[in-house]
Amino acid sequence: MIAQVLHGTRPRKPEPGLGDWLETWHIDLPLLLMLLCLAAAGMFVQYSASGHSLDAVISQGQRVVLGVIAMIAIAQAPPEVYRAVAPWAYGLTLLLLILVLILGDHAKGAQRWLDLGVLRFQPSELMKLAMPMTVAAFLHLRRLPPSLLTIGATLALIGLPAALIVRQPDLGTALLIITAGCFALFFAGLQWRWILGALAAGAAAAPVLWERLHDYQRQRILTLLDPESDPLGAGYHIAQSKIAIGSGGLFGKGWLNGTQANLDFLPEAHTDFIFAVFAEELGLLGVLLLLLLYMAIIGRSLWIALRAQSTFERLLGGALALTFFFYVFINIGMVIGLLPVVGVPLPLVSYGGTSAVSLLACFGMLMSIQTHRKLLAK
Amino acid sequence: MVLGSRRRREALKNVQAERATFQRRSLVAALVALLCLVGLIVRLVDLQVSQHAYFSTRADENRMRVVPVAPVRGLIYDRNGTVLAQNQPAFVLEITPEQIEDMERMLHDIGRVVDVHPADIERFQERVRKTPRYRGVPLRTNLSMEEVARYEIRRHEFRGVEVTAGLSRNYPLGASAAHVVGYVGGITEAELQEVDERAYQGINQIGKVGVEKSREDLLRGEPGAKIIEANAYGRPLREIDYQRGYPGRNLYLSLDARVQLVAERALGELNGAIVAIDPRNGEVIALVSKPGYDPQSFVEGIDTASYKALLDDPGRPLYNRALQGTYPPGSTIKPAMALAGLEYGVVEPEHREFCRGELTLPGSSRKYRCWKRSGHGWMDMVTGLMRSCDVYFYQLALNLGIDRIHAAMTGFGLGEPTGLDLPLEKGGLFPSREWKQRTRHENWYPGETLNVGIGQGYTLVTPVQLAQMTARIAMRGGGFRPHVLRAVEDPITKTREDLVPEPLPRIELKDNANWSKVIAAMEDVTHSPSGTAYRIGRDAPYRMAGKTGTAQVAGLRQDDRAPTLEETPLHLRDHALFIAFAPVEAPTIAVAVIAEHAGGGSTFAAPMARQVMDQYLLGEVRYVPAAKPAVTPAATAAPARTALEEEE
Repeated sequence: MIAQVLHGTRPRKPEPGLGDWLETWHIDLPLLLMLLCLAAAGMFVQYSASGHSLDAVISQGQRVVLGVIAMIAIAQAPPEVYRAVAPWAYGLTLLLLILVLILGDHAKGAQRWLDLGVLRFQPSELMKLAMPMTVAAFLHLRRLPPSLLTIGATLALIGLPAALIVRQPDLGTALLIITAGCFALFFAGLQWRWILGALAAGAAAAPVLWERLHDYQRQRILTLLDPESDPLGAGYHIAQSKIAIGSGGLFGKGWLNGTQANLDFLPEAHTDFIFAVFAEELGLLGVLLLLLLYMAIIGRSLWIALRAQSTFERLLGGALALTFFFYVFINIGMVIGLLPVVGVPLPLVSYGGTSAVSLLACFGMLMSIQTHRKLLAK
Repeated sequence: MVLGSRRRREALKNVQAERATFQRRSLVAALVALLCLVGLIVRLVDLQVSQHAYFSTRADENRMRVVPVAPVRGLIYDRNGTVLAQNQPAFVLEITPEQIEDMERMLHDIGRVVDVHPADIERFQERVRKTPRYRGVPLRTNLSMEEVARYEIRRHEFRGVEVTAGLSRNYPLGASAAHVVGYVGGITEAELQEVDERAYQGINQIGKVGVEKSREDLLRGEPGAKIIEANAYGRPLREIDYQRGYPGRNLYLSLDARVQLVAERALGELNGAIVAIDPRNGEVIALVSKPGYDPQSFVEGIDTASYKALLDDPGRPLYNRALQGTYPPGSTIKPAMALAGLEYGVVEPEHREFCRGELTLPGSSRKYRCWKRSGHGWMDMVTGLMRSCDVYFYQLALNLGIDRIHAAMTGFGLGEPTGLDLPLEKGGLFPSREWKQRTRHENWYPGETLNVGIGQGYTLVTPVQLAQMTARIAMRGGGFRPHVLRAVEDPITKTREDLVPEPLPRIELKDNANWSKVIAAMEDVTHSPSGTAYRIGRDAPYRMAGKTGTAQVAGLRQDDRAPTLEETPLHLRDHALFIAFAPVEAPTIAVAVIAEHAGGGSTFAAPMARQVMDQYLLGEVRYVPAAKPAVTPAATAAPARTALEEEE
């Protein structure tokens, strides 16, 4: 009501400008432009990495368009709606995850896909969205900093879907979902003693966890520690990726000129290892530009979260921003041989439909937070 | 109720405090993120700047392959430029065993694309066993264009299989010159260890026998190299650099292909050898060993069954009789014996011996028979040679003694390798007192001297040695080391380098007139009506000097009646021998013929030598042998078996 009053006092513009148009559609222009830049850069590198396959680029383009539509659609609803649907979204996704375990498709030895006839997708991707939403919505109602009981309940909310995803098995995604939930908890003011205590406990529990890992997962960690030990087997990925990145040098070999990717020495060049192609063809300078773009997107996201008006919005925004950074860090860290090889794509640059759509959907939520601000709250 | 409590709790929240907490936490998160980012950048700078050179090298090593390029093997020509060995373009299907996961399946699959016979597979597997695993082994050679096309369409299915457009060695004359030219075949692991492997990069064939083996270093050439870019599956994509190799040298042999063919045809179905040498320089004009074999089958890699058949063939076609066959020289030794007698002064040309058909040594009842049992009557040196009287030469040998015979005969090169530039030449044996003591721990008996004097007994010589001895008589003691390589040509500059013949130390006689005397007697062998080879000299348009020989294969008991030729089993029949040179006044060709188990030398061996000389001197064969080999000879009389010389 008050907004209407305020609108009324403003001088009317004869024609609606771009700003009005964006406002009408609840679009945050800086975020949109940066995301489109990123997706475009991704498609260029994919064209090179997929052996000059225009089909792959077009298919990725379609997913990006789909993702942008989803993003804008999500931005239309105010954050309160998401707070309200969070429990339902969480419940539904949990159900889908259970279904995947029962009747999912197998791909590369893991059961991740759910075929809905029209649509074939990974419910675990959905959880990437649902998890920060749910934790933020849950903590929104609690007194913060969270009590021990609240922490326990939150961890249960995080642990349940994560356990299901680990069973698929998809350690990478489970890790990301746990991280997303924990980031929300962190922003809610989880006491430092618990954070430090958890880290210490994690270090202590590492040997136990090690025992429970799959052979291929253990192998990846071992290979990370000594990639040259198995140059033809598990270490091949890392060795070839390091060669690609290192040979790129300061300025790179030029777009389409990366020998490592174009001659098939680099495995999974257009998916998880696309950063290596990027680094080989565009060099350190290109890489720094890419990192700058990522940091700008994350900075904008964090800024949106900082300006948010409710605890739910803040926690959600902060968790999404930090999770996005976590994706980038994990993927690049893996490709340059700092972290074990876990199946985490480089956000919006790696080829992969579900990932692109779910990521853009997350940004839709950030746009919703940014554009549905109530002036009164200020 | 629930709703109410929720509202209350919400109301209890301290909004300002939560916002402040969030701001603090955001700061911490941003700092941690920046720290992580710095970590990534430090690592990236390390990889892309500090270690850039190292990783660039690694990337190049990844994509660049050095592919050796086989040089073109040198060609082999005869003295007139007839091609004896050449390279023909051929598509070869090569398989690199190292890259094949399931060989069995691959062979089955490839069989549906190109014709693969069980023999091909057997041969292939045989060669795979002998070849290092990283080297390509041909499965099929001479693919048709259609097969190549079929393969190209499906080549992505066959990793480790490649069709290469290469050159295949080809021998236009086939079996005719095989014993001289030899053949090439796949390099075996054992051979690879003996050669410098770098010199054989990209080359998968090596000379196995003959000139192909003895002149391998000249024929091979130097391999070049291509630097190509390949993808992770090893498929070559483009050529980056090319280093030229150098093709092998072309060789001109002294062989005359036409003479070679005539000699081969003259032997007909008989086993044996013919060697013709130009006495003026030692060049081998013809070198035939029968039976021959097809060298082509070795080029593609012979299958076990065919190879076994060649090995098991009683005629031993792979065995080069001209170099490796050792035979008793029989009466062909007599001219040299006569020269030795004159040189040592134990006999005068006019000195006469009476031949009554046999000779007995004092204190022994053993009879040394002349081939003519009725005896030749009074024989001097000329008639003794002309009619090949054994008794005359028994006496001569007795007068000379084994030591002087050995010295003189080895002087003519008998019993020692001639040093011909072909592999695997044998030395044979010219017996001596010392040899017998060493190998048999026995003293030398005078009776053995008699047998040695007519080219029997322990004596074993090769056809090349006989031809060389003839050449040296023709040259009156002079002569050159026999050789088949005449000139070497650089295939690019086309400069031709002639080989200088290697002169041998001259056989000096106290009286050089003795050469003429013996040569005159040899001339009578072919041109005097009572000579043993008059049949070939009778109508010859040129003058020749020759000597017949018949080498006994099986000994018979003393008083046995000699069986006729037809009665004798084939493998016990005598070898027919003949040596000759022509023209007498200025010799240009010296020939030695050995026809195994043919019978008498004058009937069978002499006509072969005449045909060879005709071809070389006249450019055509004018002589048609009256008697066909392996047909009843006139030897119905019963000649003695110790020194058989057929009557004519």
